[in-house]
Amino acid sequence: MDDRLITAIVVVVGVPGVLVGYIWGTEQVLRLFGGRMQPRIRPWLWLLPALGFLGVFLVYPTIGTIIRSLQDKAGTEFVGLANYAWFFSNDNALSALKNNVLWVVFLTVFTVGIGLLISVLVDRVRYESVAKSVIFVPLAVSMVAAGVIWKFMYEYRPPGEVQIGTLNAALGAVGTGPVAFLQAQDFSMNTFALIAVMTWMWTGFAMVIISAALKAINPELLEAARMDGANEWQVFRGIIFPLLVPTLAVVSTTIVITALKAFDVVYTMTSGNLETDVIANLMIKQMFSFGDFGRASAIAVVLLLAIVPIMLFNIRQFRSQEAVR
Amino acid sequence: MTTAASTRPRGARPGWFARARGRVGVHAVLAILMIVWLLPTVGLLVNSFRQPAAVSASGWWEGLTPPYDLTLENYAHVLARNGIADAFINSLFITIPATVIPILVAAFAAYAFSWMEFRGRNLLFVVVVGLLVVPLQTTLIPILRLFASLGINGQFLAVWLAHTGYGLPFAIYLLRNYMGGLPREVFESAAIDGASPVTSFFRLALPMSVPVIAALAIFQFLFVWNDLLVSLIYIGAANPDNLPLTVNLANLVNSLGGGWQALGAAAFLSMALPLVVFFSLQRFFVRGIVGGSVKG
Repeated sequence: MDDRLITAIVVVVGVPGVLVGYIWGTEQVLRLFGGRMQPRIRPWLWLLPALGFLGVFLVYPTIGTIIRSLQDKAGTEFVGLANYAWFFSNDNALSALKNNVLWVVFLTVFTVGIGLLISVLVDRVRYESVAKSVIFVPLAVSMVAAGVIWKFMYEYRPPGEVQIGTLNAALGAVGTGPVAFLQAQDFSMNTFALIAVMTWMWTGFAMVIISAALKAINPELLEAARMDGANEWQVFRGIIFPLLVPTLAVVSTTIVITALKAFDVVYTMTSGNLETDVIANLMIKQMFSFGDFGRASAIAVVLLLAIVPIMLFNIRQFRSQEAVR
Repeated sequence: MTTAASTRPRGARPGWFARARGRVGVHAVLAILMIVWLLPTVGLLVNSFRQPAAVSASGWWEGLTPPYDLTLENYAHVLARNGIADAFINSLFITIPATVIPILVAAFAAYAFSWMEFRGRNLLFVVVVGLLVVPLQTTLIPILRLFASLGINGQFLAVWLAHTGYGLPFAIYLLRNYMGGLPREVFESAAIDGASPVTSFFRLALPMSVPVIAALAIFQFLFVWNDLLVSLIYIGAANPDNLPLTVNLANLVNSLGGGWQALGAAAFLSMALPLVVFFSLQRFFVRGIVGGSVKG
């Protein structure tokens, strides 16, 4: 128990103490430099802890991955772009790529759209915290539990048997036959069934961030517009929405990246079978089922490259934010 | 929180009927969304109180009508597991620092990105955000080797550091977006009054960013609390005494061979704390923190 007590003290007092002490210490160090040097050195001291962590935990493994993607299965020989050539000529990989496009488009539209709708509506009712909690709950569910929850939702039994799945029982109640949601491949229905699970989980994420930004809007601004006779839609279009754009860009970017990396839902619910595979699952298969780290690394690099357009969009976004403030 | 809508003068504008209809619409849309979002979880909650045989024989709604035949056995089964209390404390020891460290480190960085001038600022920031896309799985093996050479495999420190690294790109991105939107005059007048950047950071930037820090704290807490992979790899076999709740519960499912009747109970037990955190941090999502600070 003594060890635990020490750990608890480190956890609660020591860790924040070290970090606050560091940033206070930077000012003491800066005093050693001349007044002209200080503004040049200071930002780097503030960035140093973050850059250290990012360098070790993300940049260093990424460089390793890029190099590995140019090597063969065993990692002994360089094979040039052969792993990439395999990726772009393999039917499964291209099908996974197509599914990821569906994921990116629909997960982003659904989560950000519904998240924005809820944030704005909930701002006008008395049961705001209850409504937000309900939307938030799925985010607190672990991935494994979410898989179980949605198996009960999508559960399919052949026609004539008792349907224990919520959705098929509901379909039965309105007189329609059961649907095998996770097997049906028409119009990629099974992929959409998986996207729905992820939407259920991540809408709370979009809502929390959008709502926090909404609360930062000066209420006097909205009151003034209402006093001038603007209706609620005009207040939303003219004031709220433009002020939320930077936040919506952040949320959308994060969700797009989440969609590109979509893995857990697919892995737990369909294992990527029946045309539901996605790039991240393909990568895990290459790593752990086939032991081909060359191909797995190439897939990871394709993921990295896929965000370049999103980053370009973000740069434009920062520039315009810079211009107005 | 909601008083802005109800206290503003209403008589001045015509169209009370349109407004009443609008309010009904607001309530209807919210009610539908709440039902859709709640239904799947309610199904699992009801099933977690039913007999294992009943769960696979009939739908969860049968548990709500007589004969109820409900049981606490699934919960008793989970709570009776060896080391579940220790695993819970381990989860706390892992999650609290793995939430505090990335938020503070990200706040320093976000402040520098927002309010300090230096060369390559935008480029560096875009690189940081770009790191969001790095799949966690590709980092496991190199980092595991690194930890082994430092001799910290199996210790809480290893997981704190790893979660900080993985959580930082999002934390910096979100905080930079928010801090960058704070009014410039506040920081300029503080600097004219002779406040050092450290003072401005702790007295102005942090207090004004409270809503977004609360949001970030909730997410980081959740991701770490629900994480299985990182703990499994970096603590894993090296020191099973330090393993968190998620690993303990995953073993429960494996040992029962697809025993998901107990998983419902396990899921709700492990959800409890994140929900408490969400409820307690929710009061920070209030309107006008930024506005108040500007006026004061």
